[in-house]
Amino acid sequence: MKNAYESLLGGKQGAIGLLVLATLILVVFPLLLDTFRLNMVGKYLTYAFVAVGLVLCWGYGGILSLGQGIFFGVGGYCMAMFLKLEASDPESTKIQSTPGIPDFMDWNQITELPMMWQPFHSFSFALLAVIAVPTLLALIIGVAMFKRRVGDVYFSIVTQAIAAILTILIIGQQGLTGGVNGITDLKTLLGWDIRPDSSKVILYFVNAFLLLGCVLLGRFILTSKLGRLLMAMRDKEERVRFSGYDVASFKIFVFCVAAAFSAIGGAMFALQVGFMSPSFVGIVPSIEMVIFAAVGGRMSLLGAVYGTLLVSFGKTYFSESFPELWLYLMGGLFIVVVMYFPNGIAGLWETHGRKWLSRYSLGKKLFGVPEVKARVFTAKPVEKAAPRELETTP
Amino acid sequence: MKSVATNSPAGFQAAKPVLAIEGLTVSFDGFKAVNDLNLYVDRNEVHVVIGPNGAGKTTVLDLICGKTKSTAGSIEFEGRELTKMREYDIVRAGVGRKFQNPSIYENLTVFENLEMSYPAGRKVFGALFFKRSAQVIARVEEVAGEIFLSDFLDKQADLLSHGQKQWLEIGMLLMQDPALLMLDEPVAGMSVSERVQTAELLNRISQGRSVLVIEHDMEFVKSIAHRVTVLHQGKVLAEGSMEAVQSNPKVIEVYLGH
Amino acid sequence: MEWLSDFGAIAVMQGFNGLSVFCVLLLMALGLAIIFGQMGVINMAHGEFLTVGAYTTYVISSLTLHYVPAMQPYYFFFAIVASFFIAGALGWLVEWAMISKLYHRPLDTLLATWGLSLVMQQAFRSIFGAREVGAEMPEWIMGSWAPTAAVDIPKNGLFVMGLTFLCTATIFLMLYRSRWGLQVRATMQNRVMSRAVGINTKKVDRMTFALGCGVAGVAGAAFTTIGSTGPTAGSLYIVDTFLTVVFGGAASLVGTIASAFTIAQAQSIMEFFLSGSMAKVLTLSAVILILMLRPQGLFSIKVRK
Repeated sequence: MKNAYESLLGGKQGAIGLLVLATLILVVFPLLLDTFRLNMVGKYLTYAFVAVGLVLCWGYGGILSLGQGIFFGVGGYCMAMFLKLEASDPESTKIQSTPGIPDFMDWNQITELPMMWQPFHSFSFALLAVIAVPTLLALIIGVAMFKRRVGDVYFSIVTQAIAAILTILIIGQQGLTGGVNGITDLKTLLGWDIRPDSSKVILYFVNAFLLLGCVLLGRFILTSKLGRLLMAMRDKEERVRFSGYDVASFKIFVFCVAAAFSAIGGAMFALQVGFMSPSFVGIVPSIEMVIFAAVGGRMSLLGAVYGTLLVSFGKTYFSESFPELWLYLMGGLFIVVVMYFPNGIAGLWETHGRKWLSRYSLGKKLFGVPEVKARVFTAKPVEKAAPRELETTP
Repeated sequence: MKSVATNSPAGFQAAKPVLAIEGLTVSFDGFKAVNDLNLYVDRNEVHVVIGPNGAGKTTVLDLICGKTKSTAGSIEFEGRELTKMREYDIVRAGVGRKFQNPSIYENLTVFENLEMSYPAGRKVFGALFFKRSAQVIARVEEVAGEIFLSDFLDKQADLLSHGQKQWLEIGMLLMQDPALLMLDEPVAGMSVSERVQTAELLNRISQGRSVLVIEHDMEFVKSIAHRVTVLHQGKVLAEGSMEAVQSNPKVIEVYLGH
Repeated sequence: MEWLSDFGAIAVMQGFNGLSVFCVLLLMALGLAIIFGQMGVINMAHGEFLTVGAYTTYVISSLTLHYVPAMQPYYFFFAIVASFFIAGALGWLVEWAMISKLYHRPLDTLLATWGLSLVMQQAFRSIFGAREVGAEMPEWIMGSWAPTAAVDIPKNGLFVMGLTFLCTATIFLMLYRSRWGLQVRATMQNRVMSRAVGINTKKVDRMTFALGCGVAGVAGAAFTTIGSTGPTAGSLYIVDTFLTVVFGGAASLVGTIASAFTIAQAQSIMEFFLSGSMAKVLTLSAVILILMLRPQGLFSIKVRK
């Protein structure tokens, strides 16, 4: 794993990598794809939030959460609850026995809006809840697990169990959550219709910018001392602890950041796709999001986005054309990537792609590996620690 | 920085020791690895703990730095009770500990290794906004000079020799400027000349701080120790100067009788 | 006094219900206790090995019915043995091809075996179809045993219970009383040292993993007496099973048994008062909460590191 990142490059490469990604999702996709396909890409990009978060907490922090669907889901539900309330005004729900409450509540003989739903009439509360509720949940899980020094593997299993519990709860509490169907028929956001194509394009761009923002924030975290501490912890946790650091608090922090990212993705999902359901919360979606990050490269923020797009495209294509094959492929992907390409696409790019592009003069200019130059430390103060081992740029 | 002690450390008995361990006991499922131990480390003292394998030496260090929780007894460090404190608080209080196997960050450079131990940006948001200031750089360079690694600052740590890795870890502790430095077999795997350099290093850095060392190499112990404690089966068997301990019949019995 | 005997009957049947859940959980967990508890390998495809056993039983029952209907009452014993060996052989292969390359990377093992479980599920679907199938049960296993008018205990439950007891006892003896068990425990404690004293640790790993998978196969065979088998039958239990093993204290077989018992009884008692899904939510939550308080599990020894 180390070798691929030995030769990681600093600022210029990082900027170019980000620019390429930004061009792809902000220019190339909108120009080439029709609105239906663009909306689909938008949906995939909401998963990329989760994958980017996983790079932080799994790739760098070494904590593999198999329950990121929890946060994606909770973020999505918070947004969906607001949208659902807006869609359930007394006028459009007048045929219900209790007008003014969401349709599924009416079907479940509920005659009054439950307490839990009341604050979601407010948009600012909903926005706050999208971030705050999942982050708080992650904080609680994180504090409970990491302060008690629960091992990596146990953490994975417990997060998976929590994802399972939450799914069962959501499905079981039909009147409160819409059960297995989830919250559907979302129509407007503060009076703005989110269903027509024009709105979808706008939402796509909002989503894309948010994602790029998360990538940037992720990069900021990783290039800071905190990023180096995370790497050091993965390597020598005891040494870090006995150098005066509260190891748990750093793990809790990245786990919370990953949760917040996932939650933003979930909220954008609800906006773009127009519903939210427990099928995005449970064990299976959570682990699928891990494979996005694994395919893209668990150590690469940008790679995670590409990995998400690629695997999601593959899933859509194959499950439309060869549904039989898809599970074999998906399973095979897990096995092959983990066993033979632990650094994913980003790793392959570092070892092969960059070299290949360097044959062409423009490619070399942009992506070429500079003459092997030992990273000389220059005694300039306030220099951002050149992040050789911190970030890769596919 | 600390004021350099004026007294000769060897014969100097401070009114109050820096570290006072009293009645310390730890039991692993009934087996008492450390049994009612009393041990004192004075200010500016280099105190070496020796003893046969399994005597509980490393466990004592584990107990002091909080890695293992004691069953009974107290560890008082500069007036603070360590047994109730978190590991990182113990470090922040001024206790540094080197592990038996060099424990450094192998894929970081020597500079970065030292910088990691710089006592700033230790909390989440502090670390997030930590800047490599001129002060940090100066301190890293100063410590690197002390541990003979000035010329290796940009070298990746896994390329260092075993002895250099040991020094690097000591350097990482020096970055924290601890009042008590604990070293678990600092010269294990070192060449003879490296041992001599390490002894010199220890004598230098013990100015203004106390050092607690576990070591097997008697020549090395002789060259650094102000006081020696012999542990056997979790208890103090003998204590005193190296000469006194070496001629103690009980100690000879334990070392040769096995 | 009528209500008292009614209450007694309910208590007995409820208790038995809990015992059945306990046996199912324990049979599942036994294989995992060997693989995860002893070897520290996370096998997310463990449930699929159970499904392999179940399908093996189904195939053998169909074959028997078709070719030698006279043997129908007895085929089940043969099916159990065959399930053990087929699932075991598959486990052997998996260890050779995948697991052995991923020791020291526990989280990666988890992901790779998850991939394996997807592949296996799809393979089941391709071979046996997406619909659930049921093995034809011999006469003697059907029906129930009614010691009193109010108490009614299903025979298949009793059978599974017997089988569980047998498996547990065998594994216990093998692990703690046999030379092989000694080698396994030695290897898991200190691989280098074990190799030095002449233990073929690779072979030990492989056989241990295969044995764990074989036990899962037996569990699968036992399940066919209770319910039907579908491609995803095994994966439904994987989280519960892992929690069971973790809850018990991974390396302790006694712990696994105790934790399976606790979880099963808790769940079946709560199911009596609440809906099945809420009972499960509460049980799992309680297990997680206790794990947070005692991360090393219920039964574990304090060791000097």
